[in-house]
Amino acid sequence: MHKYVIKRLIMLIPVVIGVSFLVFFIMSLAPGDTARMILGEDAPIEAIEALNEELGLNDPLLIRYGRYMLGLAHGDLGTSYKSGRSVFSEVVSRFPDTLKLAFWGMVFAIVLSIPIGIISATKQYSLTDSISMVFALLGVATPNFWLGLMLIIGFSLHLRWFPSGGSEGWKSLVLPVITLGTGCMANITRTTRSSMLEVIRQDYIRTAKAKGVGSRSVIYKHALKNALIPVVTVIGLQFGSLLGGAVLTETVFSWPGVGTYLVNSIKAKDTPAVLGCVIIFSICFSIVNLCVDILYAYIDPRIKSKYK
Amino acid sequence: MENQRAKKRSMAVEVWQRLARNKMAMLGLAILIVLALCAIFADVIADYDTKVVAQHIPERLQAPSAEHWFGTDEFGRDIFARMVHGSRVSLVVGLISVSVSLIAGGTLGAFAGYYGGRVDNVIMRVMDIFLAVPSILLAITIVAALGTSLVNVMLAIGISGTPGFARIVRAAVMSVKDQEFVESSRAIGASNATIIFREIIPNCMAPIIVQATLSVAGAILSTASLSFIGLGVQPPDPEWGAMLSSGRNFLRDAMHLTLFPGLAIVITILALNLLGDGLRDALDPRLKQ
Repeated sequence: MHKYVIKRLIMLIPVVIGVSFLVFFIMSLAPGDTARMILGEDAPIEAIEALNEELGLNDPLLIRYGRYMLGLAHGDLGTSYKSGRSVFSEVVSRFPDTLKLAFWGMVFAIVLSIPIGIISATKQYSLTDSISMVFALLGVATPNFWLGLMLIIGFSLHLRWFPSGGSEGWKSLVLPVITLGTGCMANITRTTRSSMLEVIRQDYIRTAKAKGVGSRSVIYKHALKNALIPVVTVIGLQFGSLLGGAVLTETVFSWPGVGTYLVNSIKAKDTPAVLGCVIIFSICFSIVNLCVDILYAYIDPRIKSKYK
Repeated sequence: MENQRAKKRSMAVEVWQRLARNKMAMLGLAILIVLALCAIFADVIADYDTKVVAQHIPERLQAPSAEHWFGTDEFGRDIFARMVHGSRVSLVVGLISVSVSLIAGGTLGAFAGYYGGRVDNVIMRVMDIFLAVPSILLAITIVAALGTSLVNVMLAIGISGTPGFARIVRAAVMSVKDQEFVESSRAIGASNATIIFREIIPNCMAPIIVQATLSVAGAILSTASLSFIGLGVQPPDPEWGAMLSSGRNFLRDAMHLTLFPGLAIVITILALNLLGDGLRDALDPRLKQ
């Protein structure tokens, strides 16, 4: 098992290098002179040239990337053009808020979706199944930023139950969490249902029933364990859309996380800040995928046995 | 040749018959036909210059009425007219960006699946790197770097969808590349390109069609998301996400500004998902069982 975890950890290194290079390369395509952007349109050419030289912007792409990665290894993501502060400290100071939102969004999605998926599958074609599937379909089709706006209209402006923005207290967390988690919930519900439907038709489930095992035990001990692999895969994949969704959800609710910082940095054409945010998000996504892969091994003994 | 054509026709008829039996898929298809008609005849339904972009400040923020079905926005423009023209942007961006993903991802996936070995390894590791960046974040990064324009939005969404198609086409190609009809084509001296594009790809269209349908929904959602944060279509051009974004400032007094464009996005994506699910069942009935 340790071998498997170590192998997956080693495989994370080229992914992080590749992802950071991809994002670095894309951002290097941005038109415009960085030094001119920092010094202003009226700055003399000599000053612009000198700053370009000082920032190393005249060096080839690979050299600049190497320098950036060296900085990243030391916790340095460059300096924001807008605030003049370290991008790393800006991102790190906002990261707990984004993580809080993503964590509770995922908890909301998992806690609701798995039981609904199981009930839908065990009562296929019933009214409960139809209603939950309609909600799941709507959940997949609803853009989270629109859902957020509708929740603000209903629960903030009319009912005044929850605040429409900010991050003070648990009440401010409710609407953003529902907004962020609904799409994931819908996807996980659909996967849980179809995976459970496939499993409960297997011979070993029929055998368990024939042996007289109680239906609750058949569902939760025999079927659910085997149905969990695709569900865990979807949860891992959904984390990516959760991070992307966090950018929009944070914008809607003025949530002071990395997403809002990213959008503001894009508007200010603050390239180091955009680069830093996307790289941090992508590394998080890769780490979550790694955790999902490790989780497979715990759920599926076949994977564990391969590495014994 | 005649036999082959008849066989293809009969397969298409069979798939259509299976699809036609699926009421939800037919509902999705009907909604999409209405939307396509709206997009095609947008200029007939509402004049672009006078109704969509021209401002009528005295009529600003009017609630839905017989004259303005979905009300007016902060500049007095008719929301229904803007939504009809917005459908054109959404559908065009959706279709073109998915075509970019399909052509790029399909070609890469086909080469990876057909040649295998080192070619497969190199292509798929690069695709894995693309997949490690959440797709909307990749699109945001590309537009942030290249600048906001409709072409860049289509390119960004197209590139972020490429790895998904590469994976699906690769898997489909691998499943048919060792079959007899491919071997016989090779035996009569067909080139690799001919074998890939004339023999293999037409025989693994089912998953590609399903993925393409579902990807159009994803692309429309991504376009709206980019516009919502100010990176997509720029004012005064109408786009559903951009309309939602500008309506945010009037949530309390004029919720119709955000309600209707949002509903349009939901209905379109729902229709594409219903059709995509229906196509999957019709093209591969084993999945339904």
